[in-house]
Amino acid sequence: MNGLDVIDRAIVAALQSGLPPEVEPWEAVGRKAGLAADLVLARVDAMIEAGVIRRIAAAPNHYKLGLVANGMSVWDVEDSEVDAIGARVAALDFVSHCYRRPRRLPHWPFNLFAMLHGATRNEVEKKRVIVRSLIGAACGSDDILYSTKILKKTGFRLAG
Amino acid sequence: MTLTETDRLLLNRLQDGVPASRRPFARLAAETGMSERIIADKVRDWLDSGLLTRFGPMFNADRMGGAFCLCAIAAPEERFDAVADIVNGFAEVAHNYRREHRLNMWFVLATETREAIDRTCRAIEAATGLEVLAFPKEAEYFVGFRVAA
Repeated sequence: MNGLDVIDRAIVAALQSGLPPEVEPWEAVGRKAGLAADLVLARVDAMIEAGVIRRIAAAPNHYKLGLVANGMSVWDVEDSEVDAIGARVAALDFVSHCYRRPRRLPHWPFNLFAMLHGATRNEVEKKRVIVRSLIGAACGSDDILYSTKILKKTGFRLAG
Repeated sequence: MTLTETDRLLLNRLQDGVPASRRPFARLAAETGMSERIIADKVRDWLDSGLLTRFGPMFNADRMGGAFCLCAIAAPEERFDAVADIVNGFAEVAHNYRREHRLNMWFVLATETREAIDRTCRAIEAATGLEVLAFPKEAEYFVGFRVAA
C-alpha cells in the first residue's frame, strides 16, 4: 500500500478532526477539501477497501463510560511462542489491544502488551490472572501499568 | 450524564461504525427509531461533553505509508505536568496517558514516515531532557473488543 494521491490527501486533511455530526455530512467535507461530495465518498469507500480507513466510528472516552480501571498488562513470553499466545490473548473479550513489541533490556523484559479494562482494579486483576493462566509456562515475569489520566487524545493527524 | 437504553444502544452501534454513505445515520435511525437529526445532535452533544473523544474515520497510518509508535518517558514527578505540556505540544503525539510506573508517561506518535518517528523521538528528548523509549509494534493480534455503554 503506497502513499495517497493529492485528492486522497485533501480528503484525509478535511477529515482529520472527524466527520461533522450532520445528517448529510459529506457536502461540508467536500467544501473543505474543494471536491464534490460524490468524489469524496467514492474515495473514502476506496480507502476503506484498501484498509487506509479501518471504519467510520465513534471513539468513546472509556472513563466516562465507567471503565475507570485500564491496565496495560505486559508479559515476557518465549519468542518462539509469542505469536500463538498473542492471538489467544487477543481473543479474550476484555482485551482491547494486543501487540508484540521489542524488549528494552535490562529494565524492560516484556514483549507482549495486552490492554485490559474493567470497572474496578480488582476486576482487572482477575482478568490478569486469566491471561497469566492462558500464557502458562511460556511466561516469565509480567507487570501491569494502570492509566490514571488521559493527557492527550486527538488521533492521527497529517503533519503540516 | 444520564444515558437511556436507546442512547446506550446507539453508543455501542456507533463504535462498530457507520457506512460511508450520503446519510451515514440512516441505518441507525431505522434500527433505533430515532431520527437521523436526533442521532446527529446526540453525537455532537457527546463530543462536546467529552463522552466521545472523536467521531469519524479511524485512519490506519501504517497503510498510508505512515507509522505509529508507542513511546515512554520516566518523567520526574515534580515536573510531570511541564513535561506533559511539552510532549503534548508535538502535533505528532496522537495519544498520551499517565501510568503508574517508573515509566509514567506513555504516548503514541503518528507520523507520515518511519523516519519521522525517530526524528520526533530525538526532538522530544531534546525538548524535555529525558530519554524516550520507543516500542514499535512488531505484530498486532486481532481483537473484537468494544466498550459496552
